[in-house]
Amino acid sequence: MAFGQGRSGGRGKSDKKSGDKGQGQRRTLFRRRKVCKFCADKIDDINYKDVKLIMPFVPERGKILPRRISGTCAMHQRKLQTAIKRARQIALVPYVTD
Amino acid sequence: MAAAVAERQYELVYILPADTTDQQVTELHEQVEGVVSRMSGTIEKTENWGRKRLAYEIAHQKEGVYVLEVINGSGELMKELDRRLRVMDQVIRHMIVRVDEEKKVVDRTRTKRQSDSERRRVKRGLPPVRQPGEGRSIDTDDLDDDHFEAEV
Repeated sequence: MAFGQGRSGGRGKSDKKSGDKGQGQRRTLFRRRKVCKFCADKIDDINYKDVKLIMPFVPERGKILPRRISGTCAMHQRKLQTAIKRARQIALVPYVTD
Repeated sequence: MAAAVAERQYELVYILPADTTDQQVTELHEQVEGVVSRMSGTIEKTENWGRKRLAYEIAHQKEGVYVLEVINGSGELMKELDRRLRVMDQVIRHMIVRVDEEKKVVDRTRTKRQSDSERRRVKRGLPPVRQPGEGRSIDTDDLDDDHFEAEV
């Protein structure tokens, strides 16, 4: 009897789980598409002196925001990277913050 | 001078301690100018950014006076300048970046984009420059896509 109960419970749970999964998938499917900010705004020059432009790509911790999160295209991520590294050298952007 | 050595453009940024007076700043600028002119270079532009907060402490300083100099000259000149700045103890940080090639690339992409868009517009029978009040013409499908995704 205990066995049967356990089984039915398990089934119920699994049903619920699959339902959850479906919803989750739908949510990920309709996630907002990421666009490269520099392509969209047609910014040609990513300059190390332009702290206002760079700062959104340097999160609190001081790291460079990865491409998979910011959605920046490969070319602009490369340029952004050099800009951030240069800005760090002259203390416009932190290396680390804690 | 012969044009054998192509002139390059560099940007020099240096940081002075926050308590430096304006006079000291100009003095240092004159020193830099002296080196540049002695080695047949020219200073194109000088910008004093004034006192700025440093992102991290340099030489126990939390603030610094930033000065930017755009210099046209040879690599030898910058080498000498770099060496001198390294020695000076009133300069707490400096950085030299070569900018002429990047500038060229930026200019090229900018003009290319402009001419491309003008050509496309002329092809479609529109005036080459966008008129005020005109909607977004490029990437309309993408935009619609985005809206759809956002709504659901």
